[in-house]
Amino acid sequence: MSDDTEKKRGWLSRLKAGLGKSASALGDGISNIFTKRKLDTAALEELEELLITADIGLETVTRVTSALAKDRFDQEVTDEEVRGVLAEQIAEILEPLAKPLVVEGNGQPHVVLVVGVNGTGKTTTIGKLAQQMVGQGKSVMLAAGDTFRAAAIEQLKIWGERTGAPVVMGKTGADAAGLVYDALEQARAAKSDVLLVDTAGRLQNKTDLMAELEKIVRVMKKIDDTAPHSVLLVLDATTGQNAINQVEVFRSICNVTGLVMTKLDGTARGGVLVAIAAKAGLPIHAIGVGEGAEDFQAFEATAFARSLVGLPT
Amino acid sequence: MFESLTDRLGDVFDRLKKRGALSESHVVEALREVRVALLEADVALPVVKTFIDEVKEKAVGADVVRSVAPAQMVIKIVNDHLIETLGAETVDLNLNAVPPAAFMIVGLQGSGKTTSTAKIAGLLTRRDKKKVMMASLDVQRPAAQEQLKVLGEQADIMTLPIVPGQMPADIAKRAMTAARLQGVDVVLLDTAGRLHVDEPLMQELEVISRTVMPVETLLVADSLTGQDAVNVAKQFKERTNVTGIMLTRIDGDGRGGAALSMRSVTGCPIKLLGTGEKLDEIEVFHPDRIASRILGMGDIVSLVEKAADTIDEEEAAKLEAKIRKGTFDLEDLANQLKQMRKMGGMESMLKMLPGVGKMKKQIDAAGIDEKMIKRQEAIISSMTKKERQFPKLIAASRKRRIAAGSGSSVQDVNKLLKQHKQMAMMMKKMGKMGKKGLMRNGMPGMPNMQGMIPGR
Repeated sequence: MSDDTEKKRGWLSRLKAGLGKSASALGDGISNIFTKRKLDTAALEELEELLITADIGLETVTRVTSALAKDRFDQEVTDEEVRGVLAEQIAEILEPLAKPLVVEGNGQPHVVLVVGVNGTGKTTTIGKLAQQMVGQGKSVMLAAGDTFRAAAIEQLKIWGERTGAPVVMGKTGADAAGLVYDALEQARAAKSDVLLVDTAGRLQNKTDLMAELEKIVRVMKKIDDTAPHSVLLVLDATTGQNAINQVEVFRSICNVTGLVMTKLDGTARGGVLVAIAAKAGLPIHAIGVGEGAEDFQAFEATAFARSLVGLPT
Repeated sequence: MFESLTDRLGDVFDRLKKRGALSESHVVEALREVRVALLEADVALPVVKTFIDEVKEKAVGADVVRSVAPAQMVIKIVNDHLIETLGAETVDLNLNAVPPAAFMIVGLQGSGKTTSTAKIAGLLTRRDKKKVMMASLDVQRPAAQEQLKVLGEQADIMTLPIVPGQMPADIAKRAMTAARLQGVDVVLLDTAGRLHVDEPLMQELEVISRTVMPVETLLVADSLTGQDAVNVAKQFKERTNVTGIMLTRIDGDGRGGAALSMRSVTGCPIKLLGTGEKLDEIEVFHPDRIASRILGMGDIVSLVEKAADTIDEEEAAKLEAKIRKGTFDLEDLANQLKQMRKMGGMESMLKMLPGVGKMKKQIDAAGIDEKMIKRQEAIISSMTKKERQFPKLIAASRKRRIAAGSGSSVQDVNKLLKQHKQMAMMMKKMGKMGKKGLMRNGMPGMPNMQGMIPGR
């Protein structure tokens, strides 16, 4: 019986979800879908506003909409058409950057340093990454490099228990660089495939904290001058234009190699990623859409772009 | 925070001021630029739209254009509106309740709820002399409860003992009972971070809220938030009856758009600001002061308050006497440096001065190095008492000794001595002007800025 209800609910909820999507798409532009209208200044302004509310940033918005205006100004268009073209344009910028994080499993620790401002979800991202890599049969070690925030070490420890990955940790308040050094030594001794290094959150305008990050990298290089092999900057989707700054500064300090955007399961659409992509051209490895380990997905440019302009994905 | 918004608005207003007569089109043009500035500062679009519309309505009126100083009028209208958007007056935490009063702390993941909880607890203990207890209802994030416990230990604030496996509503009930038994005034309930669209978790919040009937429900929001700030604030307000907002990460280089949006959308006052990672870095929010800071008019009130907080009155009186006599020695300079450091360093002080906002680029170019202050203190402490009183004694070999002792170079020592000389001369002049002149030229706790800016 329970099987039956399960099936029933599954079917019903699927139908409902399907309907819901199309319904909201219809609702969004019901007046525009059936009636073509001229792409005039007012229409362009509306479009601009739609993109602004997705945090794309005025500069990028203006660029994208004026490109659109050049081709189709004063033409009869439907709302759907316009949004589709916009999504394509945005996807074009993002597509070459959608690259998953690749780690070889050859027993030489591939060091992944995870950095970002406070509260973006670094530790959770590491937990999810660990889960994924362990699932792929890699041996993973974690380094609890956030020695500042209370209970950050415990948080990573719990992820270690969940995933079965050993965690190298010190005490709160200990020197993070020293701990990372130890962790790298241990990872080499244990012939781990991956060492995921957590760091304390730091605002990019705090010079002393950024210097500490520099030190962590410097110390790693004493053991392995190719380390860190990847530096992930974790960005929060709810962050506005400040994310551009974050990328710039973290990049100049520790040579960020890729981005992860978290918290995309809310109403924030993370449009700032488009501006960042256009400027920095950094690979976008993954997105976080929930708190569970399975809510960590590869970045898909087209789906992301469509959701930005309010089209069903 | 707010710097780049300040810069942008400053530019717009400067251009406006240069025009003698204003036509409507000038005003409209300026307002378009204000719109761009606000949007780039992450102010939410609907808020920007109303803001511009309302300002426009008042500013293009015939009165403005015909007034003696039309540009000033426009600026004033923008200023007044900014204050209005931020909330007209300071609203403090509501402590009018039969103890134990429950405060519920809510917000998205990673907005800084747990740290803010501990900061608020500290504020209530220090400032209001309340007996406070904290309880973590966060059973979602690993080690969240542990985090609050550790913070409680650090700040010497009572926390509810952790019972593993207990559900949030039950923890809340247990916290209230424990508080009643122990005569606690305020119970701070730190909830799990949740998305405003996460239905089950929002329902959980409603249940907790009904159970404990909080006096304050504080929404903790990241000041770096972008356009989504509106959605978040609205949803939380609808579901949990938010009574106030605490903005965190004010110390970042965000542009503070969230501050403008949130208040405007929810109608809830911003009550507190989180200004750093340390537990005492919390401030009461003063809308008028922030508005003047945004408009580059400085925040003299905060500066004076800060000075009053940190400057030792007796020291100041002693210094004044010395200035009058014209005997400002290196010992005094060391004191000055120490006080300056206590006030948060050169840069944070400068930012509060009117008009300095626009000079920011020059200041950056001059390269104020906060460490310089510390280094100079080190140099002075490597001197003998006699040397500090009579800097003229310091000849080449003494300089070498001082440099070695403080880990600096002879050039650094020279620079410091030269700086002191300039300051002593300034002080002497000020002393001659008498007390009136002194007041006019700045308070005794604040030495000549120009001379104090050490080059990198």
